[in-house]
Amino acid sequence: MATRIDVNGLTAYYGKFKAVADVNLTIEPKNVTAFIGPSGCGKSTVLRTLNRMHEVLPNARVEGEVLLDGEDLYGPGMDPVNVRRTVGMVFQRPNPFPTMSIRENVIAGLKLNGVRNKALLDERVEESLRGANLWEEVKDRLNRPGAGLSGGQQQRLCIARAIAVEPQVLLMDEPCSALDPISTLAIEDLITKLKSSFTIVIVTHNMQQASRVSDSTAFFSLEKTGDPGRLVEFDKTSKIFSNPTEKRTEDYVSGRFG
Amino acid sequence: MSTATAPEPVVTGEDRLNLRGQTLPRWTPLAVAAGSVVLALLIYFVTPVDSEIQIVLMAAILFLIAMSAASTVVEGARRARDRFATTLVYTAFLLALIPLVAVLVSVISKGAKRLDLDFFTHSMNNIGARDAGGGIYHAIIGTVEQVVIASAIAVPFGLLVAIYLVEYGQGRISRVISFFVDVLTGLPSIIAGLFVLSFWVLALGFGFSGFAGALALVVLMIPTVVRSSEEMLKLVPNELREAGYALGVAKWRTILKVVVPTALPGIVTGVMLAVARVSGETAPVLLTVFGTNLINSNPFSGEQSSLPLYIYSQAGQPQQFAIDRAWAAALVLIIIIMLLNLIARLFAGRNRLK
Repeated sequence: MATRIDVNGLTAYYGKFKAVADVNLTIEPKNVTAFIGPSGCGKSTVLRTLNRMHEVLPNARVEGEVLLDGEDLYGPGMDPVNVRRTVGMVFQRPNPFPTMSIRENVIAGLKLNGVRNKALLDERVEESLRGANLWEEVKDRLNRPGAGLSGGQQQRLCIARAIAVEPQVLLMDEPCSALDPISTLAIEDLITKLKSSFTIVIVTHNMQQASRVSDSTAFFSLEKTGDPGRLVEFDKTSKIFSNPTEKRTEDYVSGRFG
Repeated sequence: MSTATAPEPVVTGEDRLNLRGQTLPRWTPLAVAAGSVVLALLIYFVTPVDSEIQIVLMAAILFLIAMSAASTVVEGARRARDRFATTLVYTAFLLALIPLVAVLVSVISKGAKRLDLDFFTHSMNNIGARDAGGGIYHAIIGTVEQVVIASAIAVPFGLLVAIYLVEYGQGRISRVISFFVDVLTGLPSIIAGLFVLSFWVLALGFGFSGFAGALALVVLMIPTVVRSSEEMLKLVPNELREAGYALGVAKWRTILKVVVPTALPGIVTGVMLAVARVSGETAPVLLTVFGTNLINSNPFSGEQSSLPLYIYSQAGQPQQFAIDRAWAAALVLIIIIMLLNLIARLFAGRNRLK
């Protein structure tokens, strides 16, 4: 498993508003790629175009292509539902399904897609929760509501839910921004562990986080409010944080920029 | 009052930060209320005022004046205004309670007289207005069948419309549907009855039946079910929908398995309120079911009765036996609707978001 993503000339719109323009980048398999940049620069938008979640919002559309192992996600005949089974996503705020237990949450993606085999489901519950470093904490209360967990546990539950459908790529949209430092550390450890099986793309506002967990970093920015965001620089994380090519990147990562 | 173990708080001279305030003792409102009632009674007996309602009114006004004055003097203007507003709120609450209590008391006291087993097991077959006895067996059968049929049609229909409006509808069509649902909400119930009477009963020639009554109730239920379900579906956070999509679950499945279950307690409450509302409808049932004294358990053919219809016909007869039957039937109707509400609340409480 794990898949390479090529983004070519990607432009995303919300209605008439051009949110982000002309993005080109390559995401290596079994790597962690971080998107950083100021608010409103379009990094979350780009992330959401990678599994066709962008178009879920009314009037949102995309130009350009996103190649998943050479196949264009926006090509004719592509089914967004199948795309999302291959490219999973974890959101900013933990969002376990409130009517479901911990166990049901983990296997929601499988069950809702018609998997009935109980042995397989049980196996996948344990496997996914272990994968999300949550098994030891919840193994005795799998039938309790998922919403009863702490924020950090809920986020790991959401990660377990995302990896239970066995995607190739995992997208994370600021997965730690609603969490305390200890839960954040738990998630970061988890990301490092998951890297061995998934291609991971993470959006973060926390530059220390980007430098800790990622192999490559993309810096997005925008000239002024109302302009579309653009990809300023994309390189190895070590290079972006120590010796960036662009002046704007250097200003941002060193904290001289708003 | 103070003991050795609980020392008095030390107040040295002035409170420099001005954090303390004088407060009236906790029993003051009760004492002032008692005083107001006594004073109002005195005025009632001494002056030529001769209405009992005026005692209540005067006591309320006296309480308001005395309490505000005492509070202004002791506690200052801000707390006095607070007490004034609090009093007004409680008064409004008590006023709103009066009709409910009055209806319950009069229906229970007048209806309990005929509430025996016979009343539930007999119809009005061969019983005239002057005769004792008789019962509501046929009316209960009619009401239950009509309401069940109406719900079986209106709830799925209304829920689907609500799902369309919230999850799929965009632009013109959904605005038009929304507008017509609003129009339908304000439809007088007798118009729904007239519509079914002229269209189903007369023009299509199906004749009076429990089913025709159910159709009229459907027209009244749909907008209520649509509106309440719509509001509940809108409350489901968008994040849950996105979480479903991001797992590669198709939209319709996400709606069916995630969105609707999350909104279900609220939807059930809304449906139950709609059911309670239509179970008390008289006019549309009168026009479409017609009413009968006999037991007819087939809702698809022939006249039926129903509880509101039974109350209407019995209360219209100037005989004590008939009027007693009407009160007892009214009590039964209220109990049925209250039970439905209770069941809905229990269900909604059990499934609340955790």
